[in-house]
Amino acid sequence: MAIVYNSRLDAEEHGFHPLVSVLVPLLALLLQVYLPKYFHGFATFDLPLIVTIFFAVGRRHPISGTLTGAIIGLLQDALSGLPIGINGVTKSIVGFLAASIGVRIDVENSGTRFLLNFGFALLASIIYILITRVLLGTEVPIAWTRELLRAVANGLLAVPLFLLMDMTKRRP
Amino acid sequence: MESFSGRYKNLLVLAAVLLLQVMGLAMQVRRTVPQSGSDSHQVRLVRYWAVAAVSPFERALLAIGHGTRHVWSNYIDLRRVRRDNDSLRAEISRLRLEQASVAEDARQAQRLQAILAFRERYIYKTVAAQVIGTSGTDQSRMLYIDKGSRDGLKPDMPVITPDGIVGKVKDVFPKESQVLEVSDQTSGAGVVLESTRIRGILRGNAAGQLQMINLLPDERIKAGERVLTSGGDQVFPRGLPVGQVVSTEKDRERDPYINVMIKPAANLLQLEEVLIITQLSDHMTDAQQKDFNEAEATGLTNRRASDVLSEKLPSTQAPGDAAAPDLIHTPEANPNSVPITVKPPPALHPDRFSPPGTKPPALPAAKPPALPAAKPPALPAATKLPNEPAASEAPPHP
Repeated sequence: MAIVYNSRLDAEEHGFHPLVSVLVPLLALLLQVYLPKYFHGFATFDLPLIVTIFFAVGRRHPISGTLTGAIIGLLQDALSGLPIGINGVTKSIVGFLAASIGVRIDVENSGTRFLLNFGFALLASIIYILITRVLLGTEVPIAWTRELLRAVANGLLAVPLFLLMDMTKRRP
Repeated sequence: MESFSGRYKNLLVLAAVLLLQVMGLAMQVRRTVPQSGSDSHQVRLVRYWAVAAVSPFERALLAIGHGTRHVWSNYIDLRRVRRDNDSLRAEISRLRLEQASVAEDARQAQRLQAILAFRERYIYKTVAAQVIGTSGTDQSRMLYIDKGSRDGLKPDMPVITPDGIVGKVKDVFPKESQVLEVSDQTSGAGVVLESTRIRGILRGNAAGQLQMINLLPDERIKAGERVLTSGGDQVFPRGLPVGQVVSTEKDRERDPYINVMIKPAANLLQLEEVLIITQLSDHMTDAQQKDFNEAEATGLTNRRASDVLSEKLPSTQAPGDAAAPDLIHTPEANPNSVPITVKPPPALHPDRFSPPGTKPPALPAAKPPALPAAKPPALPAATKLPNEPAASEAPPHP
């Protein structure tokens, strides 16, 4: 199976039902704020990030990926108590890049999905640290080991979640 | 030829979206109310919309979870209720004795505070709330509770559990509120070490651990020491439990200073219900006053019994000594007297509360070499004072 597409036309674009586009991100946000109440370690995961990547690589449209990431990120900021825009900026960039990469590589493979999510989770951590340190002037200690573990955890969780969310795809 | 905007449309949209959000961030940083740390009106509005969209689902999940747990726990509770009841009764007895011994100290403290014109603040009114959600990220330690402005909540009200402090109310919405936990990096509380009385500022670190910051190295700071609120932050009342000292670490960024790591008294990782202190007062509530009076009465009764015993049994104090305390000593009778810490009298005979192999302390004391003539005196029925148990029925040692 070829893992590199020669042109955008070769790539298979997917559409989503409008209800799916609204409910899946909302469910991800809901679980993200609800589950850590019972399982504290769940805060390591970033379900909204995984959902952003999934919709971006599924639609393969950078503008759509940017806007999806921005909306999900802003909602996450509103719920997390962080300054509104930190996750918005992070997920906008991730959505844009994921959609751009989704055009070029095969994202149906589990290994690729893991690497994709691992890489973007790490990128999200870097952008978060940059924003808080440079833009907000907050002293955030950098613990790279923790960020790496977080990225691995998100990559591993993304594989089964992507399989689950694959069921919501439909051809345009 | 493709136009510039057409060619770089994707990048232009990304740049526009990022620019808007960065501008929004800059405005928030500038407009954040410096004293309370609360958000500006516009930001609160955005948060309110987000919370309003998510909280109904959170409440529904909570209700389903509670319903399932209640069905199961009701069955289990029925099986355990008798054993729990017995242990609770024993605990109440023990706590009554403890409370009685502390009541005198409290009374003394009140007198000293009155002399110093110090205003003690009592927790007068609290609102119980359920935790319905979290911030969902390690980067901020926030909770959502199911009570809001309709229940009388306001920003900066302290949030506690019976075990210890939790945090303070940040943003208040009509039906929900955000609580900033003390383990958040942006939080702060005035605390004091219980025995050494070293004061400091409590703050969370990046890993969500509690620490006292900006302290100079001090040998007196030991692991296990209790940490209490100092009341200096104008948020938490004085004397609430915060946690215990775990260790001390050098502050890498500020060389001479150390950070004292603290294990929180309240389980901040799994909170179900919390109490929000909505009102503080200079006076105790009726219930608190009643408890306090009962404790004093219990202490008085215990002391009467112990005084009777000490008089009847041989002692090093000569009878008729002017320094001997009155048999019946009440604050009303002698308000200027120095209060004595009330300790429960020892048991005369081993009973079911005594540890196995314990000798009754009163009986050997009756035959010391220094007092050969002393015999254990019979305890006549006349020693029984009004409203008081006979000496032989004195409350056992807990």
